[in-house]
Amino acid sequence: MGVLWFSIVAFMLAAYVILDGFDLGVGIVYLFVAETEQERQLTLRSIGPVWDGNEVWLLAAGGTLFFAFPLVYASAFSGFYLPLMMVLWLLMLRGISIELRSHSHDALWRTFFDGVFTFASVLLALFFGAALANVVRGVPLGTDNYFFLPLWTNWRTGANPGILDWYTVIGGVLAVIALAMHGALYLAQKTEGALEQRALRFAGKLWPAVLLVTAISLPATVLARPNSLANYRTHPLDFLAPILVLLSLGVIRQAIRARKPLRGFLGSCVYLAAMLSGAAAGLYPALLPSVGSAGQDLTVARAIASPHTLHIGMVWWSIGMLLALMYFTLVYWLFRGKVSQHAEGYGH
Amino acid sequence: MDALTLNRLHFAFTITYHYLFPQLTMGLALLIVVLKTLALRTGDAHYDLSARFWAKIFAVNFLLGVVTGIPMEFQFGTNWSEFSRRSGGVIGMPIAMEGIFSFFLESAFLGLFLFGHKRLSPKAHWASAFLVCTGSWLSGFFIIVANAWMQHPVAYHQLPNGVFEVSSFWPLMLNPWAWLEYMHTMSAAVVTGSFVMSAVGALYVLQGRDGNYGRTFLKVGVTAALISSAAQIFPTGDMHGKYLAKHQPAAIAGMEGLFHSEKGAALVVLGQPDFEHEKIDNPLAVNKVLSFLIYGTTRAEVQGLDQTPRDQWPTTLPLLFYSYHIMAGLGTYMVGLMGLAGLLLWRGQLYESRWILWPILMSFPFPYIATTAGWMCAEIGRQPWIVYGLIRTSAGSSPHVGAGTSLFTLLGFLGMYSMLSILFIVLVYHIIHEGPQPHDHEHGGQSLSAV
Repeated sequence: MGVLWFSIVAFMLAAYVILDGFDLGVGIVYLFVAETEQERQLTLRSIGPVWDGNEVWLLAAGGTLFFAFPLVYASAFSGFYLPLMMVLWLLMLRGISIELRSHSHDALWRTFFDGVFTFASVLLALFFGAALANVVRGVPLGTDNYFFLPLWTNWRTGANPGILDWYTVIGGVLAVIALAMHGALYLAQKTEGALEQRALRFAGKLWPAVLLVTAISLPATVLARPNSLANYRTHPLDFLAPILVLLSLGVIRQAIRARKPLRGFLGSCVYLAAMLSGAAAGLYPALLPSVGSAGQDLTVARAIASPHTLHIGMVWWSIGMLLALMYFTLVYWLFRGKVSQHAEGYGH
Repeated sequence: MDALTLNRLHFAFTITYHYLFPQLTMGLALLIVVLKTLALRTGDAHYDLSARFWAKIFAVNFLLGVVTGIPMEFQFGTNWSEFSRRSGGVIGMPIAMEGIFSFFLESAFLGLFLFGHKRLSPKAHWASAFLVCTGSWLSGFFIIVANAWMQHPVAYHQLPNGVFEVSSFWPLMLNPWAWLEYMHTMSAAVVTGSFVMSAVGALYVLQGRDGNYGRTFLKVGVTAALISSAAQIFPTGDMHGKYLAKHQPAAIAGMEGLFHSEKGAALVVLGQPDFEHEKIDNPLAVNKVLSFLIYGTTRAEVQGLDQTPRDQWPTTLPLLFYSYHIMAGLGTYMVGLMGLAGLLLWRGQLYESRWILWPILMSFPFPYIATTAGWMCAEIGRQPWIVYGLIRTSAGSSPHVGAGTSLFTLLGFLGMYSMLSILFIVLVYHIIHEGPQPHDHEHGGQSLSAV
């Protein structure tokens, strides 16, 4: 039961990163690849019908964590208090700027909301990457299973870390460039002509940076949390994750060269999924590892809700997820293909 | 102020602000389905354009509902971690179900509804409006199940470490409190939606513009407002009040300002409670009515606050008393106004009666105030418990989040929401000003770039 719910939460978070990741990524590259007013409208239309649904994965994953691992939810959310609140404010700025831009008839305000949209998208990616790196590195849990992290301390990992240290900053930077590439590839496969070419070229420029920071992040993780390879030693199958990371990066490179943006985007989905699986495989059975001597890791066994509650949950979760996958299939299928200039929606 | 007070203010402020948006979207979703149904039945294009117009207002409110709603789920963990740790196994269930069953449905079909007008057949487009409505009403249900468990815990076990778990699924979903609260809440959402629709209709008719649309909005809005505001008092408010009197006697005594148990208790219509001397100043009271309202007989004894130990009295009692009276007073006014408007509509005189169109236009804030006051009754009445009878509010907050931190983010939310309010008002004003008829300059963005 424990490993099942751990996988469910990891799956939902991965779905969030891959899906909302591409619209965050579109937000990051937006100012750089969409130059004319028409291109900007097309860019927003490419994510218009789906970005809100993508964001629901965050809420659904949060709700599932709350229900299946109440102790982790309570500890992590109160411990990461300040960065979480900032994420909330950034999500607000980002959502409102997309909507307001489409209602502005004045070029000045459109430029302003363009700026807010990109600013919030970059910072969100940075925060999400840093957040994940915080979980991988571990937090200074106390005997009461709680912690409270300051935004920064001395920028070192160890017993007294902050939200930001050298390791989590690497995580944040990796998230920004990886999601930027992910978004550029999504945009390229949704558009045509000059916009498509520019997005593809932008993804091509980002690729070496993604490769480099990915390569740095692996030894950095071992440095920041020395026992993160323990599971890999006992379960060599886990090495599939880093192998897939490398393979998918190769596919992306080849797809950009061959001007096949859809293939590149799918490769990028696999890359993100493999990175997250690799992190999850290194963490298990901990959901929130402890650094320092006071507390113990919050493991699946210590944090999981009672078996009876989870049995009930399994029933509705499966039904609900099946329905959700149907809706997503329907929406993505109806809005498949390139966005055209005469499509409905933003810009009316 | 201590961290507990700040955490309470934090939640109270963010939830009150958040709920300004869903109450409109849930009510409006139903009215949009009504307009789409009329369009499908009559083939009259102006109903379809009416639905498109309201969909724009819906979309803005929906967006604000989403971005102010995410903080609500997060705050259980950030500011109320002890509450979350102990009750997550129970209320985490409806909260997760809300995300999985309703938000996915709502967001997917809202995308289709807003962006798929040309891609979908009229029937499929109607279906997407219907599913958006279903999603939003389901989401209301799951949140009410979570709240109802905090008001009236059912279907749970307590484990030795103080943590609660669900004992069985259906009794949790069928909590009688949840169903009473749900009917009252959803009917209130329709009141808000229909008052707003009527107000815009009244505006257009008074301005002498978009007359055809103004009359449609008035017709649909006033009809829905009359039915829903009557349903607020009877049966939903009545049933909810009786159940409340049975299970939270201190809450109802505080709402009514009843300090001492009384046979044939009077209903205080107006007055100022004096909690030090345990009396009501300048009372305007109707004898025996309270006993009748709660028990159906004028002789029944109503439990006063004296039946509850002092340490279990709802905190901030004056606020409880006033919020109840504001809710009930405005509720009565709204039934009166819409009763009159409904009569005029029936006799075919509404659109020419400018003297009633003015109050219809000006009354749109009242449902928002009444709904907020109603929720304050529910949440203050439950105090000093976060889960009634099981966890005190003081034991629910996060142990390591300091007062300074909580104040910092409270101020942040105050600033952020002030800005959102300004943008929201500008945006909605703009949409209402532009009106439901298609204009050439709607395509301004595109023609500009073509030039």
